[in-house]
Amino acid sequence: MSIATRIKPMELRLSEKLLGMHWPLVALIVVIGLVGYIVLYSAGGGSHEPWAARHGLRLAFGTLLMLGIALIDVRLLFRHAYTIYGICLSLLIAVEIMGSLSKGAQRWIDLGFFQLQPSELMKIALALALARYFHPSYLDEVKSPSHLLPAILLAAVPAALVLKQPDLGTAVMLLAVAVAMLFLAGVRLWKFALAIAAVGGALPIIWSQLHDYQRERVLTFMEPERDPLGAGYHIIQSKIALGSGGLWGKGLLNGTQAQLSFLPEKQTDFAFTMLAEETGLVGALVVLGLCLSVILLVISVALRSVHQFGRLLAMAIAINFFLYVIINVAMVTGLIPVVGVPLPLISYGGTAMLTTLMGFGLVLCIDVHRYTQIPRFPTGG
Amino acid sequence: MYQEAERLRSFTRRAIFAGAAQSVLFAGLGARLYHLQIQKSEDYALLAEDNRVNQRLLIPPRGRIYDIAGRPLARNVPTYRIRVIRERTLDLRKTLERLSTLVELRPEELEDVIIRAEARRAFVPIDVREGLTWEEVSRIAIRAPELPGIVVDSSLLRDYPHAEILAHVLGYVGPVNERELEEDNDPLLKIPEFRIGKNGIEKTYEKQLRGRAGLSRVEVNAVGRAIRELDRDDGDPGKDLNLSIDINLQQYCFNRLSGELAAGAVVVDVQTGAVLALASVPTFDPRAFNNGLSHALWNEWRDNPRHPLVNKCIRGQYPPGSTFKMVTALAALEAGVITHTYEAYCPGFMRLGRSRFHCWKQWGHGRISLNQALAQSCDVYFYDIARRVGVDAIAEMANRLGLGHSLDIDVPGERPGLIPTREWKLEAVGEPWQKGETLVAGIGQGFVLATPLQLAIMTARLCNGGKAVKPWFVRPTDIENVGSVNISQSSLRHVLDGMHEVINGRRGTARGARLDIENVEMAGKTGTSQVRRITRSERAQGLHKRKDRPWEERDHALFVCFAPYENPRYAVSVIVEHGESGSKAAAPIAKDIMTRALELDPAGRGSKSAGA
Repeated sequence: MSIATRIKPMELRLSEKLLGMHWPLVALIVVIGLVGYIVLYSAGGGSHEPWAARHGLRLAFGTLLMLGIALIDVRLLFRHAYTIYGICLSLLIAVEIMGSLSKGAQRWIDLGFFQLQPSELMKIALALALARYFHPSYLDEVKSPSHLLPAILLAAVPAALVLKQPDLGTAVMLLAVAVAMLFLAGVRLWKFALAIAAVGGALPIIWSQLHDYQRERVLTFMEPERDPLGAGYHIIQSKIALGSGGLWGKGLLNGTQAQLSFLPEKQTDFAFTMLAEETGLVGALVVLGLCLSVILLVISVALRSVHQFGRLLAMAIAINFFLYVIINVAMVTGLIPVVGVPLPLISYGGTAMLTTLMGFGLVLCIDVHRYTQIPRFPTGG
Repeated sequence: MYQEAERLRSFTRRAIFAGAAQSVLFAGLGARLYHLQIQKSEDYALLAEDNRVNQRLLIPPRGRIYDIAGRPLARNVPTYRIRVIRERTLDLRKTLERLSTLVELRPEELEDVIIRAEARRAFVPIDVREGLTWEEVSRIAIRAPELPGIVVDSSLLRDYPHAEILAHVLGYVGPVNERELEEDNDPLLKIPEFRIGKNGIEKTYEKQLRGRAGLSRVEVNAVGRAIRELDRDDGDPGKDLNLSIDINLQQYCFNRLSGELAAGAVVVDVQTGAVLALASVPTFDPRAFNNGLSHALWNEWRDNPRHPLVNKCIRGQYPPGSTFKMVTALAALEAGVITHTYEAYCPGFMRLGRSRFHCWKQWGHGRISLNQALAQSCDVYFYDIARRVGVDAIAEMANRLGLGHSLDIDVPGERPGLIPTREWKLEAVGEPWQKGETLVAGIGQGFVLATPLQLAIMTARLCNGGKAVKPWFVRPTDIENVGSVNISQSSLRHVLDGMHEVINGRRGTARGARLDIENVEMAGKTGTSQVRRITRSERAQGLHKRKDRPWEERDHALFVCFAPYENPRYAVSVIVEHGESGSKAAAPIAKDIMTRALELDPAGRGSKSAGA
């Protein structure tokens, strides 16, 4: 490996980049997006409207964007990581101000073509910033708390802003990605144990800061029958849909729970439920298998990158995608409260798909440039 | 370089650990899915089916009721109703407010619906308004998508084209009560809109009229809108009934009686016992029961001294008075204590021990025969023969003629009347029978009670040659096998002669009741029965004849008759409560009713040759 590293030229031509692209990973991602297209076609009652067609368009656009990002020189990304982070943070603050002006829980900026959710973009920006921050850090430096503090601030500020929106699901995901990156950067395990203890102590304080509807969700999760026609209704109907799907499902377009609207939000948060009702355990496991394959491929990309920036960034994207899937599926199967996290590439929704594909674009970029060296402390602009 | 290698080793270790942990968590999701979709699949499949399918019992159309000529007496008319299902509305109040822009719904009605809806479980449909016009229904149907939870359904309402005049015969239908629910396990009774027969024909023939419930399985979506019907069993409609009632005659009877405060009339076919008309005034509106009667109306009807709810023909028990004299005469003739030529002397009273028993005619009838005693209704003659034959023989004859027991007519509520015997008095009153009571019973007073229906059947059994016919509205299967009253034809002939003389004789008490139809004669008997005992002082002062007695204390007026005399077809019995005089109040009514019955009779109009 070290010989190859030396021999490879620093600059890659476009044809080399395309040849070096991780096509199996691209194919897997597109296949998951196409499964989403089928699910949304069924959710529309056997129609491309109102969801499937737009989902397809976004998938095509997002895939091109992903490939475009893959072709960017990784050193450029490295250099502008903090800039991107800064732009996203400004956008987050902007929606916070707009939201407080309109007295609503505004989470997006309307760009006409689609609605931009800065909190989604922040997941990528935070990963970029943290990967950039820990790129030069050797294990000795990571041991020092003063070295960790800027990293924690990088994560805590946007997380606090997102929590204030309020968007509990995204805030948890931001923090989880940050924690995972600290772990991968080499922070000692006892520090995590300490942090977990601290969070445990802080739980009552967090509880008091939660909105009523968030508390209601948690309480209903503990006991769905508390309010079978209100907050618990979604979980109960989702479980009925899943359970009644059985091994092989009721067939596309034949899911009674979804097609007769007992299942709420079937095109967004509960898309997986609809898929599992209509295609059964088999279909559900196939989709979970595809997702896990993507995650494992991305981890393999991380493992073969020559620079710490690429390793950390790829792992962050893998973990982000993993969190989406695990939270969404655990949510619709009644394992955790309904927190409003979509299933990326399958659920209908513009920002989640674009940011997911942009994230995979970064992964592909890292893989294309896996032999490109990034000095610990690059000089110049 | 060492530090770089150390960092890479740490990263690789931790990245592989992360990948493994993620795989394990994915496996956990798989296990969860296996639990839900395989292990618990059947439970959830049932729940999904429950969600999807609404099972609904369908109320079969109730059997219709027709009169003797096939004219409708009870039928079903469609009616439209709005209901709201709380759990299917997004906001009950908003939905109702939107509804109120389409159909009239006053604010207090709206509040009432909300209160009732919140008192019941969320899936129970609550009635909002009934009796919608077709126009209102279509207006709602067009806006249906904006009105989740609002359901319009049509149901059949029981309708009686001749409501009041047949209320006592047909009865009525009403909501099912707790007791009926316990006694009958037909699932139909659990449907709130089901109506059960509460009285009259509707109650007696409930099982035939009801039919068998249908079942509709409908696929519904989450907001309760029916997507499609999965399958449907229409059930069986109720059986139609044909009654013996002639609605035209019934209408006539009712109109003829309606001039009276309280009265009843029965027309029976003497050969079969078929009841052609049975009218009781005052009456009530049976439709008021359809949705449960209001307390106010119920109390008003119940406390009315004229008793509109009581069918006077089968539930009114009156002293039959002189209409009972045929029974006493037959008892004496059949026992052999007198012959038809026996004569008694009437000085205006009869002395028994220290008591005087008065004849209605103050100065008496003098010497009088059986024939004239019936014609002039001499009380003393019947005191005399009653004393000779004894009360038990009279009671036995009364029973043979259909008095003193229920006649099993096919509407509920019939009362047995009362024919006293020595044994009865000892048991019921606890005192021995007094001789004077035999005299009083002999003229149908004292303890003796009979219903107008019983008197009509008694008359029929007298004139039909002694066939023990029983009354009915719906033809029984064993109608040919009626027994005999076992009275000799000659005895019957002498009594019928007396009844003929009542109307057609020179001195008959009901000469005014002669039929105006050529060649058709009627025979009958008047009755004027005391409601309260006349005291000696009242009699001395002549107060018992005063016209200004309170209505409740005046005598009942009765009349029984049959025609044509030579070939009897119909028997009529009339009671005018507190009508004071059988000949003046009851006989003219009976005459008119009989005339109408003969006019309406296609087979026997004035002709002597017509058979049954």
